[in-house]
Amino acid sequence: MSAIASPAPAAPDLRVARRRLLLDTLGIGVSVAAFGLVFGLAARNAGFSPIEAVAFSVVVFAGASQFAAAGYIAAGLPWLGIVVLTFFLNARHMLYSASLAPRFREVPFAQRVVMSHVLTDEAFALSAAHFHRIGRLDIPGYWIAAVLGVFIPWNVATIVGVLLGGAIPDPSKFGLDIVFPAAMGGLAVGLATGRREVVAAGAGAIIGTGLALLVGPGLGIIVGGLLGPIFGMATPVPADAARAHSPESEMAGTPVDLEAAELETRNEDFSIDAGPVAGPEDET
Amino acid sequence: MSTQLVLLAVLMFGVTYPARALPLLAPGIERLPPRALLYLRLVGPAVLASLAAANTLVGKTPDGTPYFHVGVELVGVIACVAVVAWRRNLLLGLVVGVGLVAAARFAGLA
Repeated sequence: MSAIASPAPAAPDLRVARRRLLLDTLGIGVSVAAFGLVFGLAARNAGFSPIEAVAFSVVVFAGASQFAAAGYIAAGLPWLGIVVLTFFLNARHMLYSASLAPRFREVPFAQRVVMSHVLTDEAFALSAAHFHRIGRLDIPGYWIAAVLGVFIPWNVATIVGVLLGGAIPDPSKFGLDIVFPAAMGGLAVGLATGRREVVAAGAGAIIGTGLALLVGPGLGIIVGGLLGPIFGMATPVPADAARAHSPESEMAGTPVDLEAAELETRNEDFSIDAGPVAGPEDET
Repeated sequence: MSTQLVLLAVLMFGVTYPARALPLLAPGIERLPPRALLYLRLVGPAVLASLAAANTLVGKTPDGTPYFHVGVELVGVIACVAVVAWRRNLLLGLVVGVGLVAAARFAGLA
């Protein structure tokens, strides 16, 4: 397995970035394991056998819909209803996949087939922040985030939870229930490196919360993720910032040398919603 | 040992996997126009912020009705985000956020 894409950053940079990814992964992995334990317990209480609980965690591998399904099964909801609700609960994964897709264009198809299955909220958040930091794709980094940080802890904890049952304390007693939203917020901060990203994040948060109150969290989160970027795109940014964050350079993963780019393209129409020229990028 | 629900897991996989895979497997994603690529780049911060906010600020009554909720969880999340913005260290942010919430609950403040 190797990293793909144009010019590789200096090895120490990648090592530093991966060390940071591992630390981030550790924090999320603890939370994933805690809730995997609770899922195992919930599944056991809903009448799942250990094989069925493990099948859910390996095959579905989507925490929110697994919890919902356990509750629905306990309540006697028909399977068709559970499957339809699962579709809506997990539709947001399409946003993650679409957002990562331009970086994954050189990854072999068979590998992308497997990578898709382990694309969860946490895997996306960790890997997107990691790619953003190094400015390119890092395949081992994706596996660290998705498999080491989520898949393994979730599945091991499910097995422990379904076998140990009532011996498991409630994670919320220890404040672990806030790890998921706190980690999502913290990783959003890592991605919000310019004015447009900040506006997209703010709009996504407001729209997501508003719609979650009106129609439910599942749809609210999706619509927040869909509409937030439109507000970000409508935000004017200085020309230099637009250039540094232009999709061509960002998605190709090529680090941008601002001074060189300016010298080479001073007279080109390069901007995407270019605002007034000059002035530093609005870094947050 | 029952295995009946394994079939339900497969059916749930059948409606989950396409959402995860279709954009990643679709050919020609690299030929999208620049504005579409910019949009996709902004999806990340937008959807993560949306997840964080909705999971912190929206509670559910026992009958499933959503309600606006401001509690110690919001303090914990804000503390985590602030530490990450300041120190660029998610693990430290999570330790601070979780520690605050756990301390408040043990102290009976929440």
